[in-house]
Amino acid sequence: MTTIEEVVPVPSPGEGGADGTPLLEVRDLHVEFHTREGLVRAVNGVNYSVDAGETLAVLGESGSGKSVTAQAVMGILDMPPAQIPQGEILFRGHDMLKMTGEERRAIRGRRIAMIFQDALSSLNPVLSVGYQLGEMFRVHQGLSKKDAKVKAIELMEKVKIPAAAARVNDYPHQFSGGMRQRIMIAMALALEPDLIIADEPTTALDVTVQAQVMDLLAELQREYNMGLILITHDLGVVADVADKIAVMYAGRIVERAPVHELYKRPAHPYTRGLLDSIPRLDQKGQELYAIKGLPPNLLRVPTGCAFNPRCPKAQDVCRTEVPELLPVTEQDGTELVGRASACHFWKETIHG
Amino acid sequence: MGRYVARRLLQMIPVFIGTTLLIFLMVYALPGDPVRGLFGDKAGSPQVIASLRHEYGLDQPILVQYFNYMKDMILHADFGTQIASGRPVTDVLGDAFPVTLRLASLAFAIEVVLGITLGVVAGLRAGRATDNVVLVITLLFISVPVFVLGFILKLVFAEQLHWLEPNVNDSTNYGQLLMPAIVLAAASLAYVTRLTRTSIAENVRADYIRTAIAKGLPRRRVVGVHLMRNSLIPVITYLGTDLGALMGGAVVTEGLFNIKGVGGTIYESIVRREGTTVVGLVTILVLVYLVANLLVDLLYAVLDPRIRYA
Repeated sequence: MTTIEEVVPVPSPGEGGADGTPLLEVRDLHVEFHTREGLVRAVNGVNYSVDAGETLAVLGESGSGKSVTAQAVMGILDMPPAQIPQGEILFRGHDMLKMTGEERRAIRGRRIAMIFQDALSSLNPVLSVGYQLGEMFRVHQGLSKKDAKVKAIELMEKVKIPAAAARVNDYPHQFSGGMRQRIMIAMALALEPDLIIADEPTTALDVTVQAQVMDLLAELQREYNMGLILITHDLGVVADVADKIAVMYAGRIVERAPVHELYKRPAHPYTRGLLDSIPRLDQKGQELYAIKGLPPNLLRVPTGCAFNPRCPKAQDVCRTEVPELLPVTEQDGTELVGRASACHFWKETIHG
Repeated sequence: MGRYVARRLLQMIPVFIGTTLLIFLMVYALPGDPVRGLFGDKAGSPQVIASLRHEYGLDQPILVQYFNYMKDMILHADFGTQIASGRPVTDVLGDAFPVTLRLASLAFAIEVVLGITLGVVAGLRAGRATDNVVLVITLLFISVPVFVLGFILKLVFAEQLHWLEPNVNDSTNYGQLLMPAIVLAAASLAYVTRLTRTSIAENVRADYIRTAIAKGLPRRRVVGVHLMRNSLIPVITYLGTDLGALMGGAVVTEGLFNIKGVGGTIYESIVRREGTTVVGLVTILVLVYLVANLLVDLLYAVLDPRIRYA
């Protein structure tokens, strides 16, 4: 079955960007799910932006809304039950939420691609990897089956899969976990998109393979000068790759900072908790810190700051007033570029 | 693959012996006697009966009869002789089988096309109105007995609307076979619909479907290639066994519409206590069934590369 698409006009790579418009900008995005138990507000006013060649890491526990935000950007949320009551997702300055289904589909895969967490279940088990890779070229560029296969082999070589030509007709289950994730990366890379969203790309892999896959991803990102949104809950993965970090909690961004600043001086108690719960060699023998309690139930988000029941620094104001995401400054009032925190007590957290 | 086929073919031997022996014993356990049956109401002279019984080998012990029957079948491809008409069983089946084949293919086509289409439509709208309507229709088809459905269709489409012929006069006319084929397909169609629906509704939430959408594939490709390939595997299993069952003829449907198919022939033979005819017919049907099953199993490997036969 060959389906060749009429070419839908897409904003060209030259458009936007040059005049300071970010590659992707998410503005005040809200996502809700209507469930039997009630309304779940999974994303509550998220703002972030990514430029070409830049890596944004979105950090957070399960249920913090990081994946839902990414799926909203991709346009692959199931609607219903999901709903986007307000917000804008600007790709090169064009609001994707106002586009038709066809316009969005033309962007998906070609301009914005996504890498999923579990490559085994995310690849179709009954189609060969060559077919699944080649499909990108056949559908978006109208290539013949034969040419698409040649391109698929090139892609597999690009992501360093040994004996690519011999393995192009193999099926996903015949590859190892790391090789499968490379195939996912190759698929996302196929049409050299402007932006790649990687949703926990290394979670299902063992540690040595994790490093290889992350290095590959970083290398390819530099080569193609792509924007990268890296969704993860692993602070170790982030440190080497990311340029800036957004920490999410209960559907909001609670802290935003350039990567090394965040590690050096967190400005939100939640971030501090995350950093303190990383095992460290110099603290061998001591008990490992853990943030007490569980992530909030999104059906009943605590009043005030959503983190207050788990926060060691919580005061009365935290239980009544939702803190806004405000810029963070040095003690003398000089601005810290790119830093913001949604904590009533950010000063105390960062400076003392 | 070759070794697997060989093993499966070898496995057919015990199945084949078992079924034929069972049928042979069951037919002979029934009261009555084909030779006596020839005379109808009149009592034949004991000498004539005895000589006829000897001629057909009916005076020998049952296992010897079975052995002789199997020997003839395997060595001479002789499936026995119909006592009432004196014709070879293969001839009798040769008359009936093409009729059943036409009816079965038509019913099978209806079942596959309608069943899968309805299943896909319902599965993609799982939980919504369309899904519920399809669910109720399939429930009706499953619960209404064949003869009731047959009579209703006859009454409405033949007697009142005069769209279709009430009975089949010419078994090569597919127009006439349409109504019996629908009746025959109804229940299976409902099962195919439900199987497809469940399978589609489950797979549509799979991660690889999300990937396919994220790749920017058009919806018809997502459903037609990515979803269907995965969802049809359980449906194929059912269709394979059902095809075997359809080939075995349908006593009730054939009777309702006056079709001279395999089902009717077997029914007549049972009434006349013609063991050899029944065994001959059923043996051939068992073979058809086994081959259909083997083909389905081989089709699995084509549909799902994770299944490998060695």
